[in-house]
Amino acid sequence: MCYTPNFASTGLDSHMWKGDYFFLVSNLVQKDFKIRYRNMSLGVFWSLLNPLVMMAVLSFVFTKIFPSTASDHFALFVLCGIVPYNFFTLSWISGTTSLVDNTSLIKRVPVPREIVPLAAVLSNCAHLLIQMALLAAIACYFGKFPNRYWGWLPLLWGLAIVFVTGLSLATAALNVMVRDMRYVVESTNTVLFWLVPIFYPFAIIPQAYADIYQLNPLAALVLCLRNIILEAAAPHPGTLLKLAFSSLFVFGVGFAVFRAARQRFYDYL
Amino acid sequence: MPVIEFNNVSKSFSRTSRQMLLRNYLRRWLTGGRLERFYALKNVSFRLDKGEGLAVVGNNGAGKSTLLGLVAGLCRPDSGSVTVNGQVAALLELGSGFHPDLTGIENVRLNAALLGLSARRTAQVFDRIVEFSGIGDFIREPLRTYSSGMIMRLAFSVAVHTDPDILLIDEVLAVGDQAFQAKCFDTIYEFRSSGKSMVCVSHAPAVLRRLCDRAIWLDHGELVMAGTVEEVTQAYGGMKAAAT
Repeated sequence: MCYTPNFASTGLDSHMWKGDYFFLVSNLVQKDFKIRYRNMSLGVFWSLLNPLVMMAVLSFVFTKIFPSTASDHFALFVLCGIVPYNFFTLSWISGTTSLVDNTSLIKRVPVPREIVPLAAVLSNCAHLLIQMALLAAIACYFGKFPNRYWGWLPLLWGLAIVFVTGLSLATAALNVMVRDMRYVVESTNTVLFWLVPIFYPFAIIPQAYADIYQLNPLAALVLCLRNIILEAAAPHPGTLLKLAFSSLFVFGVGFAVFRAARQRFYDYL
Repeated sequence: MPVIEFNNVSKSFSRTSRQMLLRNYLRRWLTGGRLERFYALKNVSFRLDKGEGLAVVGNNGAGKSTLLGLVAGLCRPDSGSVTVNGQVAALLELGSGFHPDLTGIENVRLNAALLGLSARRTAQVFDRIVEFSGIGDFIREPLRTYSSGMIMRLAFSVAVHTDPDILLIDEVLAVGDQAFQAKCFDTIYEFRSSGKSMVCVSHAPAVLRRLCDRAIWLDHGELVMAGTVEEVTQAYGGMKAAAT
């Protein structure tokens, strides 16, 4: 085990740290989870409140003010968009700030750096499970009971996690070099609310934009969720393929950016 | 084979590296200004053999922490080569990786994972870690209720139980009480006599003389003197006395 500055491709941490990846990630995720919920008197309730309020407001606006013909069950329709959107925005912002937030870890402990954004993203999964339980409950309320196509859900969410992890690896690394990065991410999240079919149906997108639109993994995820929950059908193969392709592509690029930058984290933090 | 070998190692940082804001980048780009760099380490060479204890002395900003960072693999040198053979456990700052809202038990598990222990190994040594730290029932309480001495005891206890080949210690021993310090010294002697190595940074020459056999003295990133711990701490102490 030795390293020199000319040591080309191998990362700096990989040969210094020979620990248990899984044990470390699970500990970091548990840490985030415990800290978050120990400091909240109402705990899990907060995870439910936000999507419920959003669902109620959007349902009111789009059934009473601008009546929408998107779905017979507008509340459920809109929740199928809110849950992925919430997961994505929260994970992305916590992933982006994770390296700067964990400066003491980066500067004092030789753990593999990519674990830090990964754990930040994964610690939102508890949140996600609660919101998915809420979605399932609302679906049952509208008579859309679980069907065999729900078996696709783990794959869909797995791809969503791959996507947001890839994105976070890149933005977390950039955030170390340029601290304004987190504001870019926050603004993008606001814009994204309009570019994902949360409160309007995909069908009204003009044909010319439809293909590009689905290359946004978040939009593709929402469409697949609606296939499964509202239509009790398998996800549309073309959409699923685009989701898989763009998620893996983003992950590849994000990981490459992260690897290129990680030698300099110590100097910049 | 040396455990640690530094060969003409230099490491620099840019002076404004603390202000990573877009406007600073833009200003620098538009004005063509260049970043001023300062050298934390300049052409430092030394080696440490198996079983040796090395003391590092020097004033604040002499490059001691950068040197430990390089040994721990946290950063890379600009030029020269750093060779480290063996597993390193670093106690660089009091309870880095500890979280005040987690209990002692949770922090021990988290820290063990950070230092590279597997889940099974952690379960095996867990009781010994708690026992050695002497924290007692406080182990169930959140860390924010601990004194700094207790945090240091827990951190030291986890670090020595990860069974490293090289132990890096930065000042942290100063906060333990007398009894625990004696226990730490015993552990470090035992650790050293089993053929393992240590690098220790401290401002207390008495501690260094007890724990180390060799020493280097850094000043503004340069190696001023290397020798036995007696010679170097004496010369360094003499310089400081003359300066005041």
